[in-house]
Amino acid sequence: MGKYILRRTLIALLLVLVISTLVFVMLRVAIPGDPAAVLAGDRASPELIEQIRKNMGLDRPVPEQLLIYLTNAVRGDLGRSVQFNEPVFGVIAKAFPFTVTLTVLSVTVGTLIGLGVGILTAVKRGTWIDSVSMVVLVFFYSIPSFWLGLVLILVFAVGLRVLPVQGASTWQHFVLPVATLSVGQSALIARLTRTNMVETMGAAFIQTARSKGLSERHVIFRHALKNTLIPIVTVVGLSVGGLLGGAVITENIFGLPGVGRLTVEAILGRDYPMIQGTVLLVAVAFVFVNLIVDVLYIYIDPRIRYD
Amino acid sequence: MTNSDKPMLDKAELPMPAAVVSLTDDLPLKHDSPYTRSLQEFLRHRVALVALAVVVIIVVASIFASRLSSYDPIGRNAKIKLMPPSAEYVMGTDALGRDVLTRTLYGGQISLQVGFFSIGLAALIGVPLGLIAGYSGGKVDNVIMRIMDLILAFPGLILIIWLVGMLGASLLNVVIAIALFSLPTYARLARGQTLSLYQRDFVLAARCIGAKGPRIMFSHILPNILGSLIVITTLGVSDAIITGASLSFLGLGVRPPTPEWGAMLSDGRGYLRNAWWISFFPGMTITLLVLALNTVGDALRDAFDPNTLSK
Repeated sequence: MGKYILRRTLIALLLVLVISTLVFVMLRVAIPGDPAAVLAGDRASPELIEQIRKNMGLDRPVPEQLLIYLTNAVRGDLGRSVQFNEPVFGVIAKAFPFTVTLTVLSVTVGTLIGLGVGILTAVKRGTWIDSVSMVVLVFFYSIPSFWLGLVLILVFAVGLRVLPVQGASTWQHFVLPVATLSVGQSALIARLTRTNMVETMGAAFIQTARSKGLSERHVIFRHALKNTLIPIVTVVGLSVGGLLGGAVITENIFGLPGVGRLTVEAILGRDYPMIQGTVLLVAVAFVFVNLIVDVLYIYIDPRIRYD
Repeated sequence: MTNSDKPMLDKAELPMPAAVVSLTDDLPLKHDSPYTRSLQEFLRHRVALVALAVVVIIVVASIFASRLSSYDPIGRNAKIKLMPPSAEYVMGTDALGRDVLTRTLYGGQISLQVGFFSIGLAALIGVPLGLIAGYSGGKVDNVIMRIMDLILAFPGLILIIWLVGMLGASLLNVVIAIALFSLPTYARLARGQTLSLYQRDFVLAARCIGAKGPRIMFSHILPNILGSLIVITTLGVSDAIITGASLSFLGLGVRPPTPEWGAMLSDGRGYLRNAWWISFFPGMTITLLVLALNTVGDALRDAFDPNTLSK
């Protein structure tokens, strides 16, 4: 078990290394645009641009730049952001808590609702509750976050004036963004739960449990649900990993100063150190959340062994 | 009994043992391939047919946008700016005095191109890759699939945003970026199906009569995975349309003033308090299209998969 985690961590680190190297090299070799020129501004003299290039180390060969970048990155130094004129690490560290809050709240709310609806529709399969839910779920699943966010703003902020639109200073500011993200998440989980529950409810061990005289509630929650958790945990893990890299659209609509907005600003502003930093964060978050999910499997399903 | 207009080799005229004739006569499904059966299954699904009609209407309306509306999608007209929806301007006008309905019609052209071209490209490259990986096995399989895993290992949208931001915002770059990150889905599907179909008797039979790799892959295996392919392509197109619109929403799609749904939605954000229609209608159209595509995709999945549980 310990050996497995160690091996997976090493592979994860290797993946992160490959991704940062790819991003680093692409930024320098394959991509049009000169970061030094961007930093110097439109009216800068060629000498000034040259000076900046030298200061940023952009005049050195790419492999040497990469080596410097990687050694510094290991020490936690990701360079200075061009736009903020602050260390990249610090800027990301300031934005990350907002993204974490948004991720944790929306995944929790969405998953709980999704589980509830999924179990209900699986148990009431074939009734009108099931049919209505399925239609609503496809709708929830399809609705793009940029439109949902906008409609929520129109209704609750512009129309009813009960919630704020932009920013992240109070807890009320998180209500609409969390709602926006939870809708898709709940639909995803509900569909997944329903499909897997229906399958599990037909299994022989459920019949056994029923014939032992256990209550239906016990059968559903203790026997059936436990056996449908694996795919659900996988999908929840993917959602968390994806959202930690920034709920780009949602943060953008609601003006939340999270990592997603930072990423887009860095890309639009050609802030190279910042782009590298945010991509690194995305890679680390995604790889390690997946690792945690794989380890969780063992606790959910004791039959899974990695040795 | 025989119609003289019929070709010579009419079944009835062929000498046939009585037993065989009676056997085929008793089988009502003699021309029923799995595909016709799936099609019949799909046609029974009323909601899906409505959804299909919605998709067709949106596609046709976008293609013939210039015939359906006499307004200019790009030219400004300060006299009619920010007009609420009315009989003349069904979806109102935007801040530059352009008809929102007209721009929504034209905007569909971009979104549909992004959706169909990127997924088409992904399938066109991904499926042969998957076929080759599954058929060859060994090192070839390993190299192809590890590259696919690497692409799939990361959340798509952020890297697509990153790639488009770096390559520069244009329709072509958006298509390339989305295609690249959709590739693994198609490669994995093709590979998985190839591995299971390879064990089947008809592939063995083809190999016995001397069929070579490409022929087995494209003439024997490919036709058998078309069903699953159609299902994931339908769902893929709807995803790609959302991704494309998200990119323009963030300012990374086609350049203004070209009408595009995501960009129109973003344009209207500053006017939510006094002109909600600018953002609302383009967003509603995307939602409608994506909802319809997903409904069609779900119904196709049900139709192609006899073991489906969502009944």
